[in-house]
Amino acid sequence: MTVKFSITVNGKPVEGETEDRTLLVQYLREDMRLTGTHVGCDTSQCGCCTVHIDGKPVKSCTILCAQVDGCEITTIEGLAKDGELHPMQNAFRENHALQCGFCTPGMVMSAIGIVDRHKDESLDEKTVRHELEGNICRCTGYHNIVKAILAASVTMNKNA
Amino acid sequence: MYEFTYQKASSLDEAKEAYGASDEAKYMSGGMTLLPTLKQRLARPSHVIDLGGVNDMSGVVIENDKVTILARTPHAQVASNIELQRVLPALAKLAGGIGDPMVRNRGTIGGSTANSDPAADYPASIVGLGATVHTDRRQISGDDFFLDLFETALEEGEIITKVTYPIPDRAGYMKFPNPASRYCIVGVMVSQRGTTVRVGVTGAGACAFRVPEMEEKLACEFSPNAVADIKVPAEDLNEDIHASAEYRAHLVTVMAKRAVAEAIS
Ligand SMILES: Cc1cc2nc3c(=O)[nH]c(=O)nc-3n(C[C@H](O)[C@H](O)[C@H](O)COP(=O)(O)OP(=O)(O)OC[C@H]3O[C@@H](n4cnc5c(N)ncnc54)[C@H](O)[C@@H]3O)c2cc1C
Ligand code: FES
Ligand code: FES
Repeated sequence: MTVKFSITVNGKPVEGETEDRTLLVQYLREDMRLTGTHVGCDTSQCGCCTVHIDGKPVKSCTILCAQVDGCEITTIEGLAKDGELHPMQNAFRENHALQCGFCTPGMVMSAIGIVDRHKDESLDEKTVRHELEGNICRCTGYHNIVKAILAASVTMNKNA
Repeated sequence: MYEFTYQKASSLDEAKEAYGASDEAKYMSGGMTLLPTLKQRLARPSHVIDLGGVNDMSGVVIENDKVTILARTPHAQVASNIELQRVLPALAKLAGGIGDPMVRNRGTIGGSTANSDPAADYPASIVGLGATVHTDRRQISGDDFFLDLFETALEEGEIITKVTYPIPDRAGYMKFPNPASRYCIVGVMVSQRGTTVRVGVTGAGACAFRVPEMEEKLACEFSPNAVADIKVPAEDLNEDIHASAEYRAHLVTVMAKRAVAEAIS
């Protein structure tokens, strides 16, 4: 069986049709060729596949395409505007928050969620570390990722 | 995943009708348990019926003496509800400690309750706060809801619509999480409402259970010391690579002490 759906991906409307069992991440990567969203574990643990659905971080390996009919999806490819990196992407670059880069797209999407959830307060290291629970990095030891998120929270809140 | 037919129901009636019309249907709420199960090919439903399109199934309502959480309310919404943080902080804390932020954005109380995972958090609250589980056909007392490993009092095709909690005078929740998954190795919800004390344990046994001996002692003296010497028997407790039954029995006492300390703080 197949299902039809209409979604918005990075601001562009998409009318699609796929198998009932197709996962969102599969559709993004295989049909739309948006391969910035990674699959690290496929068991809902690692967070590499994190995208935003209606502004909230979700693991795209654990949601069906059929479920997101009518939703707005943002992937890592949708963050930079007019050739300018998103402040979170910039902070990752400036703070050397990646090594192999495999976890990075999911980390960045998740990190923006952390800053969004704590708009009205200043973010501390403990909160960032706790809220990164759903993202696994095998290279960095997290230290610089945490630094980058704290740095970006300052610039993002200034711009808001 | 094996193939299945996906249906998004727009009302409870539609969901039940779709369920009745298929050989082996599964309801889906947040999908945070169902989809990983399907991906591992541990289940092979013919139909997946998504409750995500049913209106009025999500929200936290606080009245004088009770809290109602509709079945499709995601954990994140329970955790961040400011009024709930005021009237029943232990429950907001419990929801905020489930999995990770992405899981909390999708996973729901209805799915967690229906699933009766031995390591899930919500069952401790249902037993430890004396909640009532409401379904499309009846109300089930929290004490009668969890029967065994992944087994509940729900009948074929029955849908949880909401969970109601009486607001206690004080309550505390403490869990010892598995460091990788954040599921409970042991979690304990302790509450006091008038002269009634409840101790609800998850993670330790096949499903959530109460500890009457601790409840009696706490009813006389609501302090961590009152439960310090009470140990649940290790027989029948869960044992896996993360913790032995003996260790889980020990953790029940430790978590109960800490939960009481939190309740009185
Ligand atoms: C990485 C990860 C970490 C997690 N960590 C934790 C944790 O620390 N603690 C914890 O408690 N949980 C944890 N979970 C599980 C999570 O809380 C799930 O959200 C929850 O167990 C199931 O809720 P759901 O809404 O996703 O249900 P679904 O997966 O949609 O459904 C689960 C089951 O319930 C049935 N069902 C769903 N809704 C209803 C309803 N309204 N009426 C009747 N039956 C229904 C379905 O048919 C299915 O059998 C974790 C999950 C993941 C992926
Ligand atoms: S690929 Fe989705 S959580 Fe790892
Ligand atoms: S940078 Fe390699 S996994 Fe994170």
